[in-house]
Amino acid sequence: MNIEDIRSILGAKYIVGEEWKEREVHTACGSDMMSDVLAFMKDQSVLMTGLCNLQVIRTCEMMDIICVVFVRGKLPDEAMIEMAKEKEIALLSTGHRMFAACGMLYEKGLRGGPDYK
Amino acid sequence: MSNTIHMSYEVPANDFTRAGEASSSLKSSLKKMGVNPEIVRKVAIAMYEGEINMVIHATGGKIDVVISPEEIEMVLKDQGPGIADIELAMQAGYSTAPDNIRNLGFGAGMGLPNMKKYSDEFNIESTVGVGTTVTMKVKM
Repeated sequence: MNIEDIRSILGAKYIVGEEWKEREVHTACGSDMMSDVLAFMKDQSVLMTGLCNLQVIRTCEMMDIICVVFVRGKLPDEAMIEMAKEKEIALLSTGHRMFAACGMLYEKGLRGGPDYK
Repeated sequence: MSNTIHMSYEVPANDFTRAGEASSSLKSSLKKMGVNPEIVRKVAIAMYEGEINMVIHATGGKIDVVISPEEIEMVLKDQGPGIADIELAMQAGYSTAPDNIRNLGFGAGMGLPNMKKYSDEFNIESTVGVGTTVTMKVKM
């Protein structure tokens, strides 16, 4: 699955990073708590979140997360957009709520990686 | 002379939007040095959690990093309130962060456990009323 597949499945729109739409996404996580996100090291992952502040982009930078989907129609501010461009992190926004957005991607085969040990 | 690089970062107090700048800067430097990406990620996550802690719980602090061919050592030192019960603070899910921090996406009680998880050596020393020093080493 790539970033464009995620956009299409979720009926999302690009805020940043349409040019990176072919990048492959291997795993996903959904959380509003960034320390929960930081607990799982994954490769080429997408983050689904309802949290909308600069630390979301910072967290993705540290984790090498390549794409963020903001759920419930949330939109990032200018500072977040600028940082995402600089760090090459695609930002998408969907009107779906967290549970539905995660379920839709799961149904299409995207998985969350190993359980917390 | 030994083949080591020293780096030092100031973590500003009470500025949540700037939290992570030191980790971001170290991450870029390590990438430029050609350090293995998985090691870079471990270092970046461990230090980022520490940096966030310094902003949330202390009044900022200082981070010293020593990079050698064998390992990356990070020493995070603050003059914050200190931790009364380190064992309790290390438990996943235990947090003393206020609600406003939780609303910002932190304070899940995973910071210290994550720092320990991503480092090969982890040590924390704290004195109530004096401050906390966390030392983390990640092997190359």
